[in-house]
Amino acid sequence: MKKSHWYNYLWIWSVVYFTMGFFHILFAWLGLISFFLPLVFAVGFGNKGFCNRYCDRGQLLRALGNQKGFSRRKDVPDWMRSKAFRYGFLAFFMAMFMNMLYMTYRVYVGTEEIQETVTLFWSIPVPWGFAYAGGAEPWVAQFAFGFYSMMLTSAILGILTMLLYKPRSWCVYCPMGTMTQLICKMKAGEKEDAPL
Amino acid sequence: MATQSKRHAVVNTALCVACGACMEVCPRGAIVVWKGTYSVVDDALCIGCGLCAKECPASVIRIEARP
Repeated sequence: MKKSHWYNYLWIWSVVYFTMGFFHILFAWLGLISFFLPLVFAVGFGNKGFCNRYCDRGQLLRALGNQKGFSRRKDVPDWMRSKAFRYGFLAFFMAMFMNMLYMTYRVYVGTEEIQETVTLFWSIPVPWGFAYAGGAEPWVAQFAFGFYSMMLTSAILGILTMLLYKPRSWCVYCPMGTMTQLICKMKAGEKEDAPL
Repeated sequence: MATQSKRHAVVNTALCVACGACMEVCPRGAIVVWKGTYSVVDDALCIGCGLCAKECPASVIRIEARP
């Protein structure tokens, strides 16, 4: 049995995050932590310390898939681990992120009304007004709805592939994981001095 | 010198996603993610138990007989 550390409990953050967004959408902004920390590790230190040790989602999927036994533990299909799919999904995810930022901008300048919905899989609007009673700048709330949509959609995708394949199969195509690995590869100067 | 196990873990580095799931489960601390790029096995420490191969989400680790 391996020694337990404080960071082994970060999966709790995933549960807390989605729960808080259910009660007040502005908490969705806290999800930016999961966006910036991996980049700090990759750009600042040239490693994937976030994925390797601190990722709350990876831990949650492992806990549900392994400890709780919800995963079929099958191999992911070859296409899912291919570079084409991983980079393609990263590009798609980034495009959707930009789209969300553009929507936030349109609300900011007043050309668009705030939409109090959480959009699942970039297409299915779910009414989420119950988690927002107003009070904030409209663009601040719009970003929160958009960001929460992205976080919830990716969490559902992660849970689906956890059930179907290996517990952490989300890590195979996680856009942040793919992006930080690319950054690390660039920083490490590819394979020339690799210890193989 | 201790005798080495007959089998050891081999990583397909081209497909490794560097998530570190293998590192997390290795009972010997024999596997690390090298500079965030892919996993590297310390052959001297690896006992070929296969926990990393079982855990790897991309299924890029194989347990093979040592050469």
